Amino acid sequence: MASWRWFAARIAGAVLTLLGVTIVVFVVLRTIPGDAISAALGIESGTLTPAQHAALEHYYGVDKPWIAQLVSWIGQLLQGNLGVSLTSGKPVAGLIGKALPVTVELAVLAAAIGTAAGVLLGMFAGSRPGHVRDSVTQGAGLLGLAIPEFVLGTVTVTLLAEAFAYFPDTGEYVPLTESVSGNLSQMLYPALVLSVGFAANVMRTTRSEYVEVAGADFIRTARGKGLRPGRIRLAYLLRNALVPIVTLTGIQFGYLLGGTVIIEQIFALPGMGRLLFTSINDRDYPIVQSTVLVIAALFVAINLIVDVLYRVIDPRTRET
Amino acid sequence: MTALPPQAVDAGPAAAPATARRDRLLTRVWRDPNGRIGVVVMTVMIVVGVLGAAQVLGHDPIDQHPEVRLRGPSGANWFGTDQFGRDILARTAEGIATSLRVAAVSVAIACVIGSVLGITAGFFGGWLDQVVGRLIDILFAFPAILLALAVVSALGSGWQNTAIAIAVVYTPIFARVARGPTLSVATAEYIKASRVLGIPIRRVLWRHVLPNVSPPIVVQTTLALSWAILTESALSFLGLGTQPPQPSLGLMVSDARDIVSIAWWTLAFPAAAIVLAVIGLNLLGDGLRSALDPRRESP
Repeated sequence: MASWRWFAARIAGAVLTLLGVTIVVFVVLRTIPGDAISAALGIESGTLTPAQHAALEHYYGVDKPWIAQLVSWIGQLLQGNLGVSLTSGKPVAGLIGKALPVTVELAVLAAAIGTAAGVLLGMFAGSRPGHVRDSVTQGAGLLGLAIPEFVLGTVTVTLLAEAFAYFPDTGEYVPLTESVSGNLSQMLYPALVLSVGFAANVMRTTRSEYVEVAGADFIRTARGKGLRPGRIRLAYLLRNALVPIVTLTGIQFGYLLGGTVIIEQIFALPGMGRLLFTSINDRDYPIVQSTVLVIAALFVAINLIVDVLYRVIDPRTRET
Repeated sequence: MTALPPQAVDAGPAAAPATARRDRLLTRVWRDPNGRIGVVVMTVMIVVGVLGAAQVLGHDPIDQHPEVRLRGPSGANWFGTDQFGRDILARTAEGIATSLRVAAVSVAIACVIGSVLGITAGFFGGWLDQVVGRLIDILFAFPAILLALAVVSALGSGWQNTAIAIAVVYTPIFARVARGPTLSVATAEYIKASRVLGIPIRRVLWRHVLPNVSPPIVVQTTLALSWAILTESALSFLGLGTQPPQPSLGLMVSDARDIVSIAWWTLAFPAAAIVLAVIGLNLLGDGLRSALDPRRESP
């Protein structure tokens, strides 16, 4: 009962946050650059037909006060109308529909590799605090956090080209359902590059949680009872270290969704990040605001899922 | 403020109480192995950055010398030259200066505004806390780099706008970091006592609340600086940050993309500078954390 009330409150909070996000996006991207369409049309007017021009003006309702613009924009959003690209005239919803699967797959792949590697390395380092393996893993982790994705990506692309004559596939995205090898040849390397920072973060959290939990009384008790070390490690240590790891993984996953901009740029992947980047350069504000909004919405949804997840993992959090 | 000169650690205990407390913090950071490396690395970075900004490294970072293009590291050009014959050392040093300037400005803005918001919201509670809390939640709903990109796309490129974008991202983080401990300090006996004694509220906040909530803010500052350096270089790499010909580490890496296979030094030195700065700040943060953590205080 109380659980349902908590859940409803959490969802209401998420919806409220999303409304706030919409307003922030509106304020940042609409009011600051002034009249986005006339600015864009001043340069690009030749590429748009009068009908598109009229449609855009109608969509923006530029003559109305900003609060009316905001309300009508949210109304349109709720109907799934994300507007029309200023440069290509295509519906933004369609462009995002094509780009989103690329980014989601990239993020999922990177998160899966990063979590697996991070948890394993964290347990490896945390099982012998102060040991050589601990220092080496920690040093590698620090390096993994400090190397920017764009450096790692650039180096990877160069090495792949030199050693294997592999070049980023600039063609269309090949879905996993169409060709597994074709898909992975596009996605594996960028996902690996993205997973390094992710793994480093997960590793550090896993290690510190693991060390902290290992010192707890119930672990000593479990040892005293003569439980097998393997069982202690998984059922006692890892389970108790899991809450912060899940939280971190969730947050990191959200950041991955936004942080793919650079990697998609380097590896020429037609995802959300690349869409956002090209539309920023083209001052194509309908695309910019919609991509930002979609990613933020996903981020809010992921945070909600993480909250629910750790109530499942850690019964103690259910009491409050 | 991250440039804690090592010799300051040796200041005697005869200093005034406030200095003595700061000295003890410095001593403790210095005693922490990670903190010590962090202090050394950041001191070196700042010295190199200042030398680069003062342009006393023997080469101009912008002057092109086509006759010496793509030369490897040598006695004349320690870090080699790029495709326009520009000295990589001078450019890296000036790039470090740019990165540090953007990081310092943005984090200073975020730290001041965020801490003030967080402390007032946590201390006074009520509708103010509700509004600030909601705002924090909303800004937290954006992945950080995405928010920075959105702000930059609205404001345009250039280092000032990059600094503003990073400040926008970090303000809610500082607000949250400051708000948490303020909540518990606000109900403490000594705060109630000072209120009863009629001490002006601003003085209570400044003298009693701020010192008690500052440790996490100080630690957060070093992390924020390292993130700011990464973000500045990422935005510059994408061409949305510092604009050429002004050297910037991200831009140098981007310029090196097509030539790195024949001229490794064009990528290696600017990339190493970013990595070093981020590692230095993280280690400094580790040192500060253990220096400020009462649980780790030696008896």
